[in-house]
Amino acid sequence: MAAKESSDIKSSRRRFLLTSAVSATLPVVGLAAGCAAPGGLRPDDPVPPVAIASLPPSAVLPLTLRVNGSEHRVQLDARTTLLDALREALRLAGSKKGCDHGQCGACTVLIDGERVLACLTLAAQAQGRAVTTIEGLATMRGTTVGDALHPMQQAFIDNDAFQCGYCTPGQIMSAVACVTEGRTANDTEIREYMSGNLCRCAAYPNIVAAIRQAAPQMKGAR
Amino acid sequence: MKPFAYTAAADVPSAVNAALRSAPPRQDGVDDGALTLAPVQFLGGGTTLIDLMKLDVMRPTTLVDISRLDEPGLRSVQMSAEGLRIGALATMRQVADDAAVRRYYPVLSQSLWLAASQQIRNMAFVGGNVLQRTRCSYFRDTSWPCNKREPGSGCSALEGVNRWHAVLGTSEQCIASYPGDWATALVALDATVETVGPGGLRRFRFAELHRLPGSTPHIETQLQPGELITSFNVPAGPYTRRSLYLKVRDRASYEFALASAAVALQMDGATVREVRIGLGGPVAVPWRAREAEALLTGKVLNEASATEAARAAFAGARTREHNAFRVPLSQQTLVRALLQAQTMEMAA
Repeated sequence: MAAKESSDIKSSRRRFLLTSAVSATLPVVGLAAGCAAPGGLRPDDPVPPVAIASLPPSAVLPLTLRVNGSEHRVQLDARTTLLDALREALRLAGSKKGCDHGQCGACTVLIDGERVLACLTLAAQAQGRAVTTIEGLATMRGTTVGDALHPMQQAFIDNDAFQCGYCTPGQIMSAVACVTEGRTANDTEIREYMSGNLCRCAAYPNIVAAIRQAAPQMKGAR
Repeated sequence: MKPFAYTAAADVPSAVNAALRSAPPRQDGVDDGALTLAPVQFLGGGTTLIDLMKLDVMRPTTLVDISRLDEPGLRSVQMSAEGLRIGALATMRQVADDAAVRRYYPVLSQSLWLAASQQIRNMAFVGGNVLQRTRCSYFRDTSWPCNKREPGSGCSALEGVNRWHAVLGTSEQCIASYPGDWATALVALDATVETVGPGGLRRFRFAELHRLPGSTPHIETQLQPGELITSFNVPAGPYTRRSLYLKVRDRASYEFALASAAVALQMDGATVREVRIGLGGPVAVPWRAREAEALLTGKVLNEASATEAARAAFAGARTREHNAFRVPLSQQTLVRALLQAQTMEMAA
């Protein structure tokens, strides 16, 4: 009963987040997705008179993004980062926006299997390449369709490897890559190769423990 | 972020042409060498450029995406008897992990994996890496005067918080430090750069790529508009195997250098036959410590001779209110790097 309630709460929170993201995005679709970027508008700022007509000719780009095995055709302002495209155009809000300047790692995703920062990657640069986000991880192993967690996701739960959870999607994506890169020989190496993912709650010891747990399991799955 | 036109280049010549075609004639009287203010920028990994565009520090009107160029040699690391040839579009991680680089040019590998994070090393190309911009907080914040960002507006760092600023190579117009590690190793090993630009192919010493700030700190390199770095060549030498990069920082990883030293040694017993020294951290441009090299060559290497060399390396240091500590820190870093390189064991 308690479990059911909590899952209802979770799903309604998710629905709420997605709905508000969509309603916030709708007025600017096809206009300037870059407006959503930080360094951009604050609530009280006057809206600059930027319309498609005044932008350079190729400022709105038709792109095909391949995310978690699905293709998405989108029209995006050239300024749109992969992170904003994922979160706002494709409604995949799992990748998080922390600093938006490449300093925190919260936006870490895989492109063609390698970890990168989605906040410093233009959506146009990801065109046609395989993007994997936290939402695509559970099925990445080629297991039966469903909600079977990736060993790294399970290891983060088992080891209590987060408190607030905001950095967690980035931590997990980075951790998966850390294992596939073979950088888990010891705790020092794990820490060095996870240093691009900051955790303000300082769950670091548990994150290291989670990676230690998942690493051999991932080898088995491959 | 200001709107821009986006073009993905198919090959090097079309990238160069696209950059030239999109560049309007200069009307602001700014020196043509001010590539950093140019309206057209090449987009590689984007780890500097997109960051600075979000901050409104860089405001290109056209981006020419070179990240998918795939001409022969552009992404490869090749070793021969003459040395290394490293394509400008090899990633930081690729070069850091390259088996030949790690074994025969360890200083190059270390300068890369001790920099940034694995995510950034996957994105950033070694060609773009040498062109990364200063981390000066006044440069990065458009509400402050900055001669590098807005020529003639003044330098806020001179009397400001200048802990992160340079002591070597500065001027009264700019004390920003060059933040890179890879360039420090390249300058130590006498690398050369190959570029393709409007004038065709060009090859010059890496030490000549960056320009001292002087009275024109907005001109950071000698590259011309439309000129693209295509490769680095690092000559072989008997000293490259006994080489290392020592980086001292506020935290153990994912941080810029407070002080760093790239050293390469050829020993004859306890005597230095040949030594190469690059300095990073409080330097305006990638720094070669030739005075220190001259003092050490032919001498017995020990703490005393290394300390004397380190003193000479910073004889011309000009410190400010918050960065004086970086002189002794840098000197000690260099001494430790030299003594550590001396004890390196060479595998067969």
